Amino acid sequence: MPLTDSLRDDILAAVPSLRAFAISLSGNADRADDLVQETLLRALANIDSFQPGSNLPAWLFTILRNLFRSDYRKRRREVEDAEGNYAKTLKTQPSQNAHLEFEEFRGALEKLPQDQREALILVGASGFSYEDAASICGCAVGTIKSRVNRARSKLAALLYVDGAEDFGPDETVRAVIGGSGG
Amino acid sequence: MKDLKSQASKSTTPGKGGLTPEIQSRIGHQLRAMYDDVVRQGVPDRFAELIKKLDAPGGAPQVEPDRGSNDNNNGRD
Repeated sequence: MPLTDSLRDDILAAVPSLRAFAISLSGNADRADDLVQETLLRALANIDSFQPGSNLPAWLFTILRNLFRSDYRKRRREVEDAEGNYAKTLKTQPSQNAHLEFEEFRGALEKLPQDQREALILVGASGFSYEDAASICGCAVGTIKSRVNRARSKLAALLYVDGAEDFGPDETVRAVIGGSGG
Repeated sequence: MKDLKSQASKSTTPGKGGLTPEIQSRIGHQLRAMYDDVVRQGVPDRFAELIKKLDAPGGAPQVEPDRGSNDNNNGRD
C-alpha cells in the first residue's frame, strides 16, 4: 500500500518498541539504533509489499530481526567470540538509567542462545502472540513455545537458582519462594 | 496453559525443567521493565526526521506532494 499519513504515524508509533527489541537483541544501544534505522529504510522502500490491515508491528519486527540475523552472521565472522565481546561491552558500559538489577538481568539475557532470547522478548516483553512471534521468527508456534520455556528456565537458573543454592535464598528469592510455600 | 501444569508440579524447587509461577512472573516483570525503559524514551528525533524525509516518493526531502489524488484504498481506517 502507499505510504499514507496514517501508515507513517503507525510506523513512527512502532519505533520505541522496535528500539527496545533491537537493544534486547544486540545488547548495544548504538548498534540497536543503526538496526532500527536500517529497518525503517527497508520498510519504507518496501512499503508496497505491506498488506493493509495486517500486523504492521509484526512486519517491522520481522524486518529488524532478519537484519539483525544477517548482521550477526557477518560480525561473527569478523569477531571470533562475538557473544563474549558483547557481554564485555555490557559490563563496561556505565549504567545510566539502569540499576544493578537491570544490568544483571541484561547480562543473563545475553547468555541465552539467540533463538531463545528473541522468542522470550517477543512474547514476554513486546507482547506478541505466540502465533505472531512464530511468523516473525519464521518457525512453528510450538517451536516458539518451547524456546520461550527454555529461555525462562535458563534465566531462572542464571538469576535465581544458583545464588539460592550456594548461599541460601536472598530476601527477594525467599519472598518469591515463600509466597507459594503455603 | 498446559505448560503451567508441569511447571507448577514442583513449585518450591525451581530447577532446569520447572519454574515456579512466582519466578516466572518475576522474570516477566524484569523483562518488561527493561524493555519499557527503552520504550519510554519515545521516538528519537533521528527517526522522526528520517520518516518525514522519506515520506515523499523518491526519498528526497521535499514539499508535501499533491497526495491522495488517486487514492484507491478501500476505505479502511
